[in-house]
Amino acid sequence: MKYTARIISRYTCDTSGVCSALYELGGMTVMHDPGGYGSIYATHDEPRWYDSESLIFVSGLTETQAILGDDTKLVQDTLQAARRVQPKFISLTGSPIPAVVGTDFEALAFEIENELGIPTFGFDTDGMHTYVAGVSKALAMVAQRLCQPGQSKLAGVVNILGVTPLDFSINGSAEALTQVLSDRGLTVQANWAMTSSLVQLEAAGAASANLVVTAGGLKAAQILQDRFGTPYVLGTPYGPNLTDTIVTALNLAATTGENQSVINVPQDTGTIIIGESLTALSLATAIFRATGRGATIICPTESETEILAYGCLTIRDEDDIESYLHHADTIIADPMYQPICPPNAKFVPLPHEAFSGRIYHSTMPNLVTELPEFLAAQNLD
Amino acid sequence: MKRTPNNFIALKNIAGSYVGTTLPISKATFPVPFYEGLTYSPPARGGWNIVHIGLTLPQAHLIFVCPEGCLRGVVLSAAELGVPERFSTIAVGEDNILSGDIEDQIITGVSHIIDKLPKRPPAVLVYTSCIHQFLGIDIDMVYDALRADNPDIDFTDCYMFPIMRKSGPNPVEMMRRQLYSLLTPIPKNSRAVNIIGSDLPLPKSSDLYQLLAANNFELHEIGSCQDYQAYKQMAASSFNITILPSAIKAGELLAEKLQQTHIYLPMSFNYAEIDASFQRLSQLLGITYQRNDELIAKAERALAQTKALVGNMPIAIDYTAGPRPLSLTRMLLEHGFNVTDIYVDSFQVEEEADLAIIQKIAPNLKLHPTIDVGMRAISRQRPTETLAIGQKAAYFSGATHFVNIIEGGGLFGVDAVYQMAKLIAAAYQTPQDTEALIQVKALNWGCECNL
Repeated sequence: MKYTARIISRYTCDTSGVCSALYELGGMTVMHDPGGYGSIYATHDEPRWYDSESLIFVSGLTETQAILGDDTKLVQDTLQAARRVQPKFISLTGSPIPAVVGTDFEALAFEIENELGIPTFGFDTDGMHTYVAGVSKALAMVAQRLCQPGQSKLAGVVNILGVTPLDFSINGSAEALTQVLSDRGLTVQANWAMTSSLVQLEAAGAASANLVVTAGGLKAAQILQDRFGTPYVLGTPYGPNLTDTIVTALNLAATTGENQSVINVPQDTGTIIIGESLTALSLATAIFRATGRGATIICPTESETEILAYGCLTIRDEDDIESYLHHADTIIADPMYQPICPPNAKFVPLPHEAFSGRIYHSTMPNLVTELPEFLAAQNLD
Repeated sequence: MKRTPNNFIALKNIAGSYVGTTLPISKATFPVPFYEGLTYSPPARGGWNIVHIGLTLPQAHLIFVCPEGCLRGVVLSAAELGVPERFSTIAVGEDNILSGDIEDQIITGVSHIIDKLPKRPPAVLVYTSCIHQFLGIDIDMVYDALRADNPDIDFTDCYMFPIMRKSGPNPVEMMRRQLYSLLTPIPKNSRAVNIIGSDLPLPKSSDLYQLLAANNFELHEIGSCQDYQAYKQMAASSFNITILPSAIKAGELLAEKLQQTHIYLPMSFNYAEIDASFQRLSQLLGITYQRNDELIAKAERALAQTKALVGNMPIAIDYTAGPRPLSLTRMLLEHGFNVTDIYVDSFQVEEEADLAIIQKIAPNLKLHPTIDVGMRAISRQRPTETLAIGQKAAYFSGATHFVNIIEGGGLFGVDAVYQMAKLIAAAYQTPQDTEALIQVKALNWGCECNL
């Protein structure tokens, strides 16, 4: 791949994905980086930054430390900060230079945990993967290390996995995910990881089924299935019709113990949706149910084969994406893709925080509760 | 303590020791009072970054070559300013690192992007990153190849090397320097002066502008160049003035490359210091300078009027407002203003005398770091409404009355004192939406901001 982009934006990276996923859980996340990643995250990736007090800091890695492989300052500064702010857990994340010099984050985490007695985790993020990989690693860590065993299964109780502002912004979508399931008789044990506390996530094993709403939640679902035998359903509840089907699938999964999916998108090159794999597939499914039109999904972010198999093309280069758009009559994507779209195609802007950051905050739709209005406004119904 | 070319690195590596969020100024050590451990990034974004500085070069196209995570901030900086068409990216992936094709990736990637542009630019700024430095790529070969393949385009090497900030120029210093690296020798004009490295053009009201104009000097600044050719004409100037410390490396580069005489005139709010700067400049230019007492009286009247207006309202100042927060603090204290808090992580060397004075006249004035982890959770509510000068001071003090100024706002001379008095008065009279304003990058400079 050429990895060139003349004009389109870039998805935020795995390090930001870790930070975003863990933001509301009371931990302290340290980015081992010279400084830029902290500013990028706080400015473009984290709409909760201004008013909340989440403990996300940067190590201030220097050339000398990197060349000498000297992790002493990182460890000592992390210990000092943790003693001051008393986090519930600590996460160490990487960036390109620690990756190049081979920083062993798991070993450093072990050292810090031994010193403080606070659960500490090392993530080998390197800034060269998309945020989906980071969200996935972070939520998988929660599922593996922080969820408590010995939970009794409760009928009608579910977790929602893979929720961050990078995919759902802060426009009410996260709250709506819980609400639409509650409205249909389910109880949400925990929303992973917006609007729920660490205590709620720790008791996730009580759920009888899990709902995976983005690719970032799948690994956690698989771990929860291994640890607690909880089956999962793939699908994002966009609109009442698809949400009804998801609730049915959750109940079926809980009853049978078998994983389920609500994704069903006939391939159609006339309509192209660009975005994160599972949310894009879910939107395509909802549109298909509403209109009978299929779609082609272009997924420039990482995902799991289990999701991609439902019909995603994994294309990342601007040139390659552009070539797929030539024959489309309708393109649904973040507005920063519009410059490479053919002018005669109908462009439906769907801002995506992980791609265009805060630029289109005011127009990001809440597709969980406002899908019919969105489709009508764009003449897609 | 003085700034010299030889102590450039040493000054960057002085470590502070105090761990905490509040320190009486009487106990502050110079030039770094606070220990720098893990760092917090407060949500004040008005400062200029290397994208904004690069975009001041008229008609140039910027291409960043970095890992995807590093590209995120810069590509959105350009997009938020509404100029994504002047900005392109090449992502360095793990496969590039493992296969060792980094040089080839830059050469083919840059050429490919240029081929896709609707119009060939006269100049292309190619930014490489920390990872290129650590992988030891042959950067000279890369630029030789780009120049050979594209003889109609001027290329220069720009850097996003934050990891080098303690062992060399930081990214902003390096960018201010490289911004002028495309100037090439042309016949000199002995009556032409450049101001280099400042983000905003010098106001015509400035006594520096007036002094140069009165003595028939042409003044050139990149911010007022209309096209690339106008920028190239800056090479004809005989003198370069720098005002910001982060511009000094640019002055040193042009002194060596173009034999332009460089003079650093530190921004100040002290009349004697301003006078000394004008004396040095006048000697260099061979002109006569007389201290302008009328202008000083005008500034004093403005300060008195503002003091009468704001009374004893607490004032908080931070370092992003300009390179001399202590000079500003001292001036305000000496004119009766109630400066209570300063937000600063370290001081410029020019501030040493100001610190000593403030430690005597206001020993209990509170110093706060801006990046310490403890600042993440401090209360931003004050019992009394505060007037802030600078975005970080506004954020941390919860102020809605604030002077929204970055890097001195292009002010210089006695006029800076007068303008600051007016800005404080305006801030007192009109509350602002702090949350909305301080999160906009580069103060919405020169473009239609998309936020």
